Amino acid sequence: MIKSNSGIRKTDVINRRMFIIGAAKVVVFVGIIARLFSLQINENKKYLTLSDKNRIREWKLPPTRGNIVDYFGNVIAGNLKVYQLHIIPEQVENFNYLLVRLKNLLNLSDKRIARINKLKSELKPWDSIIVSENLSWSQFVKINNYLYDLVGVKPVMTISRNYPFSDVYTHVLGYVSQPNEQEILDNQIIQERFVPGMKIGKLGLEKRLENYLIGTNAIQRYEVNAYGKRINQLEHQKGQQGSKIRLTLDTEIQKACGNLLNEKAGSISVMDIYTGDIIAMYSSPSYDPNLFLFGISQDEWQLIRNNPLKPLINKTLSGLYSPGSTIKPIVALSALENKVIDTKFKVKCTGKMELYGQTFHCWKEKGHGWVSLKNAMKQSCDTYFYEVARLLGVDRLKITAEKFGLGKKVLGEYFDIEKKGLFPNTKWKKNNLGKGWVLGETLITGIGQGYIQSTPLQLCMMTAQIANGGYAIKPKIIVDSNPISYEDAKQSMESGLLFDTNSNFLLDKKLFKDKKNIKIVQEAMFSSTNEIFGTSYKSRIDDPKYQFAGKTGTAQVKRISKRERELDLELEQIPYKDRDHALYVAYGPYIDPRYALSIIVEHGGSGSKAAAPIAKKLFKLIIDRHELRNKQSNFERITI
Amino acid sequence: MFQHDRLNNEITLFQKIKNLDYILLISVILLSVVSVFVMYSTDGGEILFHTKNHFVKLAVFFPLMIFVSFFNIKFWHNFSYIIYFIVILLLIWVSFFGIKSSGSQRWMDVYFFVLQPSELMKIAIIMCLAKYYHRLKIENVNSLTSITIVLSVILIPTIFVVSQPDLGTSILIALSGLIILWLGGVKIKYFIYSFITFLISLPFIISFLKPYQKLRILTFLDPDRDPLGAGYQIIQSKIAIGSGGLDGKGFLKGTQSYLDFLPEKHTDFIFTLFSEEFGFIGSVTLLILYSIIIFRIIRIGSISRSNFARLFCFGYAFAIFIYIVVNLSMVLGLLPIVGSPLPIMSYGGSSMLATMIGFGIVLSAKINHKQMIA
Repeated sequence: MIKSNSGIRKTDVINRRMFIIGAAKVVVFVGIIARLFSLQINENKKYLTLSDKNRIREWKLPPTRGNIVDYFGNVIAGNLKVYQLHIIPEQVENFNYLLVRLKNLLNLSDKRIARINKLKSELKPWDSIIVSENLSWSQFVKINNYLYDLVGVKPVMTISRNYPFSDVYTHVLGYVSQPNEQEILDNQIIQERFVPGMKIGKLGLEKRLENYLIGTNAIQRYEVNAYGKRINQLEHQKGQQGSKIRLTLDTEIQKACGNLLNEKAGSISVMDIYTGDIIAMYSSPSYDPNLFLFGISQDEWQLIRNNPLKPLINKTLSGLYSPGSTIKPIVALSALENKVIDTKFKVKCTGKMELYGQTFHCWKEKGHGWVSLKNAMKQSCDTYFYEVARLLGVDRLKITAEKFGLGKKVLGEYFDIEKKGLFPNTKWKKNNLGKGWVLGETLITGIGQGYIQSTPLQLCMMTAQIANGGYAIKPKIIVDSNPISYEDAKQSMESGLLFDTNSNFLLDKKLFKDKKNIKIVQEAMFSSTNEIFGTSYKSRIDDPKYQFAGKTGTAQVKRISKRERELDLELEQIPYKDRDHALYVAYGPYIDPRYALSIIVEHGGSGSKAAAPIAKKLFKLIIDRHELRNKQSNFERITI
Repeated sequence: MFQHDRLNNEITLFQKIKNLDYILLISVILLSVVSVFVMYSTDGGEILFHTKNHFVKLAVFFPLMIFVSFFNIKFWHNFSYIIYFIVILLLIWVSFFGIKSSGSQRWMDVYFFVLQPSELMKIAIIMCLAKYYHRLKIENVNSLTSITIVLSVILIPTIFVVSQPDLGTSILIALSGLIILWLGGVKIKYFIYSFITFLISLPFIISFLKPYQKLRILTFLDPDRDPLGAGYQIIQSKIAIGSGGLDGKGFLKGTQSYLDFLPEKHTDFIFTLFSEEFGFIGSVTLLILYSIIIFRIIRIGSISRSNFARLFCFGYAFAIFIYIVVNLSMVLGLLPIVGSPLPIMSYGGSSMLATMIGFGIVLSAKINHKQMIA
C-alpha cells in the first residue's frame, strides 16, 4: 500500500510538473510564431528586397549613340553592326590549344595573346574575354566555320560608331574612342553610363555634344547564384539611343570642298548670309576618323601626325592667317563710314609709297596710276589702301573690323579649339608688346599684313555680313530648336526689324551707318571679279544665276627681300614653306545674294591663281543645291 | 520473438496494431512526406542524393519504429540502463576511433550507415533517468545521493559530446536529462539556485569556449559585424524566411535556396527553405503538426499506468519540443548557431534513427498503457 501510495504521489508530482512545462511550451511556441510573423509579415518587404538584391544582378550594356545627320538627313555619324569574338573561359576545354587556333585564324600578335592570358587570370571564369573587337566579315565567317573546334568561343554582334563619309567630316565631328580615366571622372553622365568597351567623343562635335549623343544603357537583369554565376535572364530593358543631331552642313558641298583641296593644305567655308547656317566647313587634308574607333595602329598614327600638311589641325577654326587683300573691303567700308574718302577720292599709284624713309610696295611694280576706290579694289591696288589706311588710322579700322567679326570667335561655344585671331590697334600694341604704334604698321594692316590674324571662318562671316547688306548674323552649325528660314531672315533684315530668335528681342543688327557705303563696297567687289583687269576676272561666271562677287588675297608668310622682289620668281622656284598663302572671299549670286565663302590654300601662291578658280567650281554647285536646300523645310527640332 | 511474446502474452499482434496511436502515426507520416518533398526541393527539384537517401532512411526507420513499439514497455524499462551504458561505450569508442570530419570526431562507421552515438544518447538518457525516477522512492528524490547520481548520469555523456566537440547535441542531451529531474520532483528552488549559479558563471564558461564558438555568440548578438563571414548564415536565413511572406514563394521556387545563398540547407537550415517556399501559413502549419505530435506523446504519457512510461513520454515530448525550439530559434536568429537538426525534417540518419526509436517506445507505451511495472 505504501508503495502504491508512493507511486500515486509520484504520478501527481509528475503530472503537476508536466502541466507547468506544458504551459511554458505554449508560451515558447507562441513566441516563435510571433517571430515568424514579424519576419514574414511585418518585414516581408524588407527581406524580399534583400532577397532580390541577392539574386538579381544588372548588366549595363553600352548605350547607342545618337546619329548625326547633315541638313538633308543623310547619316554622317551613325552606328554599324560589328562582329566581335568573345571567349568564355569556363566553357573552354583546352585554353592553350584554343589560343593557338585563334592565333592562326585571326593572325593575333603575341602581345594580344599575352593580354588575353592576363585577362583570363583576372576575370571570373564565366566572364567573357573580348579577343577581337572588330572582326572583318571574312574573319567572322572563318570563325563560324571552325566553331565546332573552338569550344568556348562566342561570335558576338554588337554596335559601333561609324563615319560613312570617312574623312569628309572629320574636323567637324571629331571621333569617338575609349575614354581615359580623367574623361570618365570629369563627366557625370559618362560616369553613370560607363561600361567597359564604351566609346566617347574625343574631339569636335562628338565631344561637345557628348551628353546629347550618348544615349542610355540597355540593362539586362540576370538571376545569379551565390557565387555570382548567371543562372537565367530575367528581363531586358532597352536603352534609348542618344539624341539625333542635325547639322546645317551639306554633304555634297562638303565632299566637293574635299576634292577641290585634294593634296593641298587649306580650308573652305561656306555660309548662308541670312541665316548664318554653315553650309560647308572643310579643312584639308583630313583623315579617316574610323581609324580611331578600335585603337589606331602606331604606323597609321605616325603617318597622320608626321604629314607636313598637318591634317590634325582644323584650319578653318584654328588656322591663323593674314587676311591679305581680302581685308580691303573692310578697309574701304571703314574709310567710307568714317567719311575719310568718297567714291571720287583718287590716289596715284607709282608701284610704291615712301613713308619716313621706308618703302611700301604695291604688288604691281609699274603702278596702277590714278585709281579710285572701285579700281583700287578691282585691281587690288596696295598703294591706294596704304593711303586710305594712313588717313583712316588703325583704331577706327579695328572698330569696323570687329563689328564684322574679326578678332572674335565665330562658333566659340561648339569648338574649344577655335581661335579668335587678332585685329591690332595702338592700344593692343602698347599693352602687349610695350611699344608705341608706328604709322607704317597702319599701312600694312590696311593690306591685311602685319599683326593681323584671322581664321578662314572669320573671313567667311565677314564676307557674308557685307553680302547681306551689312547685318549681323549668328553663324551656326546645328539646326537648333529655333530655326529661322532663309526668307524670314532676309525679310527681317531688310525691313529693319531684327528679331533675335534666341532672346526673343528685337535687336539692331545693323553694322553700318549708311547703307550706301555697303553698296559701294559690294559693287567694288563685283568689279573685282566681273570686270576686265579684275584680279579674279578669269574665275568669273557670266550667267547671272551663278554670277558672284569676290576679293582675292595673297598673304605673305615672310618678308620679301629686295633681291627676291627683283628676281620675281615663279611659284615652283620658291620653297614650299616660303610660298604665299592664296585667299579668296566671295558671295553670290550677285543679284540676289545667298551664300558667302572663304577659301584658303596654304602656300598656294597668289589668290587669283590658286584660290579664286576653286570658288568658280564651287559656286555652281552651291547655287544648284539652293533649291533643294530650300525644300528641306521640315526642321527637326532639338534643344541644345 | 517467442521469448518477447511471452513477456507480454496478454496482447496479440493484432491487438497491438489496433492499439497503435493513429493520430501520432499519421502525423509522423505526414511529416515524413513533407520532409521528402522539402529534400527534393533542396536537390533543386530533382531526385538526387539527398532525396534518395532521406527516403531510404524513412523507409527503413519507419518500420523500425513500429517494430520497437511491438516490444512491451516493460522490456524497454528493463533494458534502459543497459542501453544507456551501451551508448556511453559507443561515445567512448567514438572519442578514440571515430571518424573525423570538419574538425570534430562524432561518427562511427557501421558498414551500411555512419552512426552518430550522441544522437542516440538523446533517447538513452531519457530512458535511463525515467527508469531511475520510476524506481526511486519519492522521499529520496531530493536526497544528496540521488541528485549526485542523476547529475553524473547527465554529465558523463554531456562531457563526452562536448569534447567531440558538439555543443549543440550536448546541450540537448543535458536538457533532456534535466527535464526528467524536473518531472521527477526535484525541488524547484534547486533549479532556481543552479540557474542563478549558471548565469553567474556564464562569463567563466564562455572563456572556456573554443574561438569559433565565441565567434558564434558574438555573431548572434550582432550578425552584421561580419556579413560575409560568420554572420552570413544567419543573415541569409533571415532573408530567406522573411522573403517567404504570407504564402511563400512556392514549391521549388525558393530563390535563396536554389541559388545557393542558403548554407546547410539539407540539415540545420531545412526549416528556412520550407519557410521560404511555403511562407507563414506553411510554417505555422508545420508547427501545428509538431504540436499535435508533442500533444499526443504527452497524452499517451498521461494515460500510462507506469511512471516509467509517463516519465519517458513527458521527457521525450519535452525533448522533441526543445529540438524544435533550438532549431527554429537558431534559423530565426533568436539563438546563436549551434548545430541542431529539426526532427524528421533534417537530413541525417542518426537523428532520424533516434527520433524514430523514441516514437517507437512512445507507441509501445500506448499499446501497453495498462501495463504496471513493479
